[in-house]
Amino acid sequence: MSVMTNPSAAGKYRRPSLWATLKKHQASYLMVAPYYILFFFFTVLPVLMSVVVSFTNWNMLELPKFVGWSNYTKLLIEDDIFMTSLKNTLIFAVVTGPVSYLLCLLFAWIINEFNRGLRTVLTLIFYAPSICGNAYMVWNLILTGDRYGYLNGILLKLDIINEPILWMQTEAYILPVLIIVQLWLSLGTGFLSFIAGLQTVDKSMYEAAAIDGIKNRWQELWFVTLPAMKPQLMFGAVMQITQSFAVADISIALAGNPSVNYAGATVVTHLLDYGSTRLDMGYASAIATILFLLMVGTNKVIQKLLGRVGE
Amino acid sequence: MSEIVKGQVQIKDLPPHLQRKLRRQKIVPSLKSKKLNRSVAGNALLFTIMGICAVFMVLPLVMIVNNALKPLDELFQYPPKIFVRNPHLENFTDLFVLMNTSWVPFSRYLMNTVIITGLGMVGHVIIASLAAYPLAKHRFPGMGVLFGMAVLSMMFSWQVTQIPQYAIISWLGINNTYWALVLPAFSFGMGLYLMKQFMEQLPDSLMESARIQGANEWQIFWKIVMPNVKPAWLTLAIFQFQQMWGNTGSLFLRDEQLKPMQFALQQITAGGAARAGAAAAVTFIIAAVPITFFLICQSSILETMTTSGMKE
Repeated sequence: MSVMTNPSAAGKYRRPSLWATLKKHQASYLMVAPYYILFFFFTVLPVLMSVVVSFTNWNMLELPKFVGWSNYTKLLIEDDIFMTSLKNTLIFAVVTGPVSYLLCLLFAWIINEFNRGLRTVLTLIFYAPSICGNAYMVWNLILTGDRYGYLNGILLKLDIINEPILWMQTEAYILPVLIIVQLWLSLGTGFLSFIAGLQTVDKSMYEAAAIDGIKNRWQELWFVTLPAMKPQLMFGAVMQITQSFAVADISIALAGNPSVNYAGATVVTHLLDYGSTRLDMGYASAIATILFLLMVGTNKVIQKLLGRVGE
Repeated sequence: MSEIVKGQVQIKDLPPHLQRKLRRQKIVPSLKSKKLNRSVAGNALLFTIMGICAVFMVLPLVMIVNNALKPLDELFQYPPKIFVRNPHLENFTDLFVLMNTSWVPFSRYLMNTVIITGLGMVGHVIIASLAAYPLAKHRFPGMGVLFGMAVLSMMFSWQVTQIPQYAIISWLGINNTYWALVLPAFSFGMGLYLMKQFMEQLPDSLMESARIQGANEWQIFWKIVMPNVKPAWLTLAIFQFQQMWGNTGSLFLRDEQLKPMQFALQQITAGGAARAGAAAAVTFIIAAVPITFFLICQSSILETMTTSGMKE
């Protein structure tokens, strides 16, 4: 039933005018207005501006000049560092995206087997890293390159290595280490959604499935649990994908920006480099636009794929 | 009732050997297998994986706690030890002394944080709930597009919009004010999404009966809907807090007197070896505050997250 119960007399046979529509749903529109006005200014407009600015040459001091596709051609053809950072970002996305997604699911699934008290403790342990702000700085201590570093200390003690390893200054180690730290940080909102989703699966469905011949927990997971929590799986995917494309803070904090031979560079660190250090806004906006397309495009594709689960 | 029970033989009244026999023959469910389809081997495998990962997850957090309690000589000990031997609170007193010597009094930084996060949380909860109610419970032209935009905004991160946002904030003339941090946070997409999903669960009859009694939509929102979605607004507040808590505000706030505590704390951690003790205490505080808030509200948060699911 609609909210306002008195439709305008004319609206019965003709399509109501814009004004009549606004008037009829006045309360609804007024209620969404504050949110969407802010949303327009701080989300919609910036995305549109980013696209427009990406076709210009703008240093924030002079007026922007239209330069056509040149930012994009420079970015995609000449900029080797962008290619490195794009490659790194894709590695991050391909590794940490699915892995963290599966870990979220696996841990949530196991945690769900425990009683309430233990469930709370384990949820906290796994979720805590993602919320404790820049406390990931503690990894700096673990990864310190001299013998005072915790990781080096342990490995030296166990005689696995003979001399300390410069973890964050050695090209070969930077990306794998950053991926591990990112995984540590990545059990966030999606994980909570899975935990909550698992608790709502109807218990009688498991009993019914057991009678129907489901023999073990793996079959139960595949045939009963996952289809029942499909909506949470979709939500979790969005959270994990967006997060894995946006990796930057840990790279800057642990490997520096620029990192050794750009081994830790990601699209976002490249964006920050041009946006806040070199003040080349047109170029930075082109990077931002590509990032936007990457994130939204991947999300849309994954949504489509997940939509087919259980069909 | 008692007659019926009298007529039946209760399993627990039988002698133990008969109980065992019945359970073995699966006539009566076994005591051990409370859950269906759970093998011991599977349990062992999964709980081992879980245990190893839990140790990996918790170790850095354990280090944060231990480092905060280590005296300086233990912080620079070789070989490094994870666990503290002589725990004491010197690092926190050091931090306290450092805070008192800062140019802007520390209480000012704390105030700024309270204002920014407080305003951000309250404003976001009210504005997002107000928009979520009609999206969940009314039907009006354009609602699909509006909600779709909010969902789309969850599919990219804030870095994408950062540069134009900076320009817009300058044009609006709110640069170097609290509003520069707070206003963009009001329209955080996930908050609207979670709130709308949660509100959809409210039975329509609740609002219908209020409407019949003559309440208008604003009264229904404030007096009927909001009190019934308390877990959701607690969740929004906590998520918003997590977002705001780490913000140093250095991009928008130039005046030292306006900067939040996080900025001052970060200055201390950047102080190098001389301030290692105080820095360890800072890291502890930065991590402990959001974890504590989560722990207090975790049941509300999980209740809200049950409705977080996305339809295609």
